[in-house]
This record gives sequence, structure tokens and C-alpha cells, in this order.
Amino acid sequence: MTTTEKRILHTMNGRVESSVEIGGDGPPVVFLHGAGGPGWDGFLDDLAQRFTVYAPSLPGTEGDPDAVRELRGLWELVLHYYEVFDELGLSSPALIGHSFGGMVAAEVAATNPGRASRLVLISSIGLWRQEEPVRDWMGMGEEELARLVFHDPDGPVAAEFARMPEEEIARQDEQIRRSWALACSGAFVWPIPDKGLSRRIHRIAAPTLIVWGQDDGLVPPIYAVDFASMIEDSSVMMLDRAAHVPQLERRDVVSQAVVNFLSR
Amino acid sequence: MKVSMFHLMPHRELPDDFEDRYHSVWIDPPWSELADPARVGQYYNWTLDELEYAAEMGMDGVCINEHHQNAYGFMPSPNLMASALARRTTDAAIVVMGATLPASNPPQRIAEEYGMVDVISGGRLVAGMPLGSSMDINYCYGIPPLEQRERYREAHDLIIQAWTRDDVFSFNGKYTQLRYVNTWPKPLQKPHPPVWVPGTGSKSTWDFTAENDYCYCFLSYFGNLFAKKNVDRFWERVSELGRDDNPYRLGFLQLVVVGETDARAEEEYFQHIKYFYDKCLHVAPYFFVAPGHVDHASLVKATRMGGYAKSDLMEQRADWKFQDYVDHQFVIGGGPDSVAQQLEAAVRNLRVGNLMVLLHIGSMPHELTKKNITLFAEEVLPKIRPIWDDEGYENHWWPTGARQASPVAAAVP
Repeated sequence: MTTTEKRILHTMNGRVESSVEIGGDGPPVVFLHGAGGPGWDGFLDDLAQRFTVYAPSLPGTEGDPDAVRELRGLWELVLHYYEVFDELGLSSPALIGHSFGGMVAAEVAATNPGRASRLVLISSIGLWRQEEPVRDWMGMGEEELARLVFHDPDGPVAAEFARMPEEEIARQDEQIRRSWALACSGAFVWPIPDKGLSRRIHRIAAPTLIVWGQDDGLVPPIYAVDFASMIEDSSVMMLDRAAHVPQLERRDVVSQAVVNFLSR
Repeated sequence: MKVSMFHLMPHRELPDDFEDRYHSVWIDPPWSELADPARVGQYYNWTLDELEYAAEMGMDGVCINEHHQNAYGFMPSPNLMASALARRTTDAAIVVMGATLPASNPPQRIAEEYGMVDVISGGRLVAGMPLGSSMDINYCYGIPPLEQRERYREAHDLIIQAWTRDDVFSFNGKYTQLRYVNTWPKPLQKPHPPVWVPGTGSKSTWDFTAENDYCYCFLSYFGNLFAKKNVDRFWERVSELGRDDNPYRLGFLQLVVVGETDARAEEEYFQHIKYFYDKCLHVAPYFFVAPGHVDHASLVKATRMGGYAKSDLMEQRADWKFQDYVDHQFVIGGGPDSVAQQLEAAVRNLRVGNLMVLLHIGSMPHELTKKNITLFAEEVLPKIRPIWDDEGYENHWWPTGARQASPVAAAVP
């Protein structure tokens, strides 16, 4: 386990309060979490062995729940992240995004290509195929979602996601935290997570690693090919025995590959 | 008291195994498998006939609402129904409960359409201003859940200004920007038609209605016993905000079936009640409240209380008989005397001034619906109508062009 510290950040002329969890030592890496909300996991532990990992929370998901309302759309979310970088003294960090965070990372790297030295997109949303749509994770039951998200819905990674605190109030707090995280990310992607990234993605200049699980039922693997075809300096790492959270389902392999990619 | 007939315009002939074959009555029930346009045309016409008949029989108002992609109620444009009703009724209130504000773009369209219905009907419109369900607004109409309430408030402000301001003005909102707002036609009622706001127990809606001095309507399908706790807190809040206890501040929806006797009521209506609760309310749980549809404070409150405003009894309901529905008051049913007594108790218990009764339920056929309307209007309505008459309250939320006094009272010099 990494020792981490949390910092509160104020951006957008003081209107938006958010937090960032920081751990490890080495060159800076910023990790943007998925729609389910922030959390420090084993993958970040692995990265923290070699890098200083900054894991900001999407505004609203921690601290002031209404902070998200101070951001009008994706454009201001991107500006918010530049200000987060400024606050943290990062001019051009490596940027990793998972799922929803992947879309945001791609937007950040496309809008101002100078602010991302390297980019890792894991199971990223942001593109759309009419014949093979990204599934609606907010319009299905938990069991169906688990089948799409995990290679092994009965395995340890799925169990860790499903685990809830035993104490009543703590369990309710966790339910609230998860639901509100979906609400906050939903503000930027509802009802279809295609907000025009395909029109801007060509601007990404950072060398990019695209990591995908072969069994991803939420964002099918064909999207990895699409991201690769649209980002000039990119390569795909396609993993078997993994679905939508390959960095945890195949943690050893993915951590190693990401560390190698970022160290090049 | 004012008593209006509510109609949902449901699919009346869903297959027997509907709830086993399909996961939800709302959002994605396949039209091509379940519906036939010619037959559906018949449902709409029956619905209009039934509401017109209710008005003829002396009901004070007729109520319709807006839902989308929903087999239990599919009037996606309630104002189309309202305009037809405005032409075929003479003194009943046209209660549109209502056009959903966050999904109308620009919301100025509602100001205009309500204006049309009000002038066509001679000032008989009740302007319902619903927030809209998560199913309708988020899942069917694509509005991000987190924006829904903010869009609602903004649309409301625009509509009220559009009705009440004499100048041509600009509206610079976050969601709606209009360079020239100039409403044609403005409504007949001044300063504007009465506003009723439907809700299911959210405190922010109570505050909104009390602050604006509107009529709050508690709408659920679980009856008056279920509503009691919520409605009591509504009245507490109204008092805290400095408003009086005028019963006409509150609207309430109740399912009602009337037979010649208790036994006849059970015999004739039970299957339609069962159809309604088994099939019409078969909504997939994950479509019920999209994350962000309620604000953070309400999310915390609902989570602490174990869920959203839905009766726990819905779980136990599968084997219920007619009498169970009546005992739990999901449905008020029986012979005319029994129904009148039950309704009077419910109305006094909740302090309802604007009562809405659902007299067509689920699969109820046209002729049986007319019978329910006839028995209700002739034998129940005269008994419950005078409930608040002696207490001197004025119904400020009743349209000025609609019949004010009850016909019975008017006939007595």
C-alpha cells in the first residue's frame, strides 16, 4: 500500500472545489478515474513505485457535491483540468484515463497537445459506432452490468467492486457516493457518450498507449481499433481474460506495460 | 371540494404474460410487438369520450398528463388531448398535469400552447407544471439527470414572465436563450392560469410550490394511507413557510371503482385493478431514478430512508385480493355509500381540496368505465363535494372560466 495525501483544489476562479490524492515518487502521472468515482487501487500502487501519481476527483464526487454544477459542459471541464495541473505545478504530465476518465484525458490532450507528454487510454469511452454502441451503464441492472464489465463476474476483482461496508450508515454512504459519481460523470456524457471527440482527437500529439480487455462488453474492443486509427502515434495492447477494467483484471501485465511505456 | 377525473390513456389489452416476457412497461416496450395503430386510435377516442362523458356528468374537471414510450399512459402531447377536450366540454376545468417543462424546447412552446388552450376553452385551463419522471425526461428525452431541476426552474421562470410581462423581452438563460419573447396568445386568465405542481414527496417541490403559492398535487398509485406520512410533512412545511392550511393547496390522486354493491364492484373491477398493478406498473427498477435525477440532499434522504417513494406493499401485493387493495387503500372501491365514506375519510385525513380520481384503470373496457363514471357522478360526487363548504376556504387554484359552484349548490336559490 502506498502512503497518499489528499489536497483540496480550487479552480475556475474559486467556484469549483475538488480534491486530488497524491502518492509515490518520481515523474508526474495524472490518473483520471471512471464514471464510478475516484479511489486508490492496486494499479495506482504499482505506478506509485516509479512515479508520483496524482489522482484528481471529478468535481462533485468528493467534497462539495454541487461543485460539478459549476462546470458548464465538457469545455469547462477541460479548462478545469488545466487549472488543476497549474495548481499542482505540472506543465505536461503523463496522463492516464480509464473509461469516462479516458474520454476526458483524450479531450485534455487534444485541446492543448502541449499539456500531455504521454497518454494512456484504458477502456475509454468517447467514440460511437451506431452498429456497436457503447452500452448504457446507467440503464441496466447490476448483474447485467457485472457481466459486461468483468471477464469473470464471480471472480475476485468483481467481488472487490461489489463489496460494501457492513455497517449500515457506512454502506449507505457508499451507495450515495457511487450513485452521485454516476450523476456527476453523467452531466458530461448523458445520454450518449459521444460529445464530438472524433472531430478533435486528431490534435493529440502525445505518444499513446491504448489498453483494452478483449471481453469488454460495455465498450467493445473495436473501439480500441478506432482510437488507434485516429491517434497518430499510438499502439494497442489487447488483453485476453479481461473486460472493462483490465488494469485490475490483468494488473501485473498492464502495470508493467504502462510503466514501461511511460518510462521510455 | 373540486373533483376531477384523471385518465392515463393506457394500453388496455397487453398480453397475459406481458410482465414475464418484457422487462419494462416504460422506455423500451416494443411497439411493433405490442400495439396496433388502428386499435390504439380506438383507445385515444375512448379516452376522450370517457373524459367528455365525465364532464357531461358533472365532474368539475378532466385531467390528462404527459408520458413517453410508456404502455400504461401514452399521451406524449397532453395539449393535443386538452385542445380536443376544450372543444367538447363547456364548463369543466381542463387540468393538464401537465406538459413536462424540462423536456420542452424551447419552454416558450408551453407558454404558447397553454395560452391556446386557455383562450379556446374560455379560461378553463389548469396549468400543470411537472418536473417529469426520470423515465420520461432522462431516458426517453435525453436530458442529463443533473440538469433536470435547473432546467425546470428556468423554464418555469420563462413561462411565467412570458405570460405576465407586457413588453417584448429577452430571456438569457443557461439552457434557453431567446432574443424576443412575445407570447401570442397570452392566456385569458389573469395574471395567468392556476399552476398545479405534481410531486411524489420531494421537499424541494414542497418549498417551490409554497414559495410560489401554487397547488401541490401528490400523485401516486398507492393510495391515501401510503400518502399520509408524506402529506403530513407537506402541511408542516407549508406552515413553516408561512402559508395557510387552505385545503385547496393540495391536490391528490386516488384510484376509485364504484359498483352497485361492494360485491358487484369486486366482481366487475378486480381484474382491471390487477392488470394495472401487475402490468402497468411493471417498470424496470434501474429505469426508476437515473443517478442525478434527484439532488444530492434528496439522494441522501432517500438512501437513509431505504429507497424512493414507493410503497413497500408493492412487494407483497402479488397475491392480493380485491379487499386487500381496498384495505390498503391503493384503491377505494365498493358500493356508492362505502366509496363516499372512504373518500370522505381520506380527503379529511389528508386535507385535500382538489381531488383527482382515476376512474379508468388499466384494462377497463369503455362501457364499464362509463358505468364507473355514472355511479361516481350520480351517487358519490354529491356526497363528497360539500366537504369543505362550511369552512370558508376559497379555491384560488381553480380556473376562473370553469364552473365555480357545484351544479347542485347552484340549483338551490
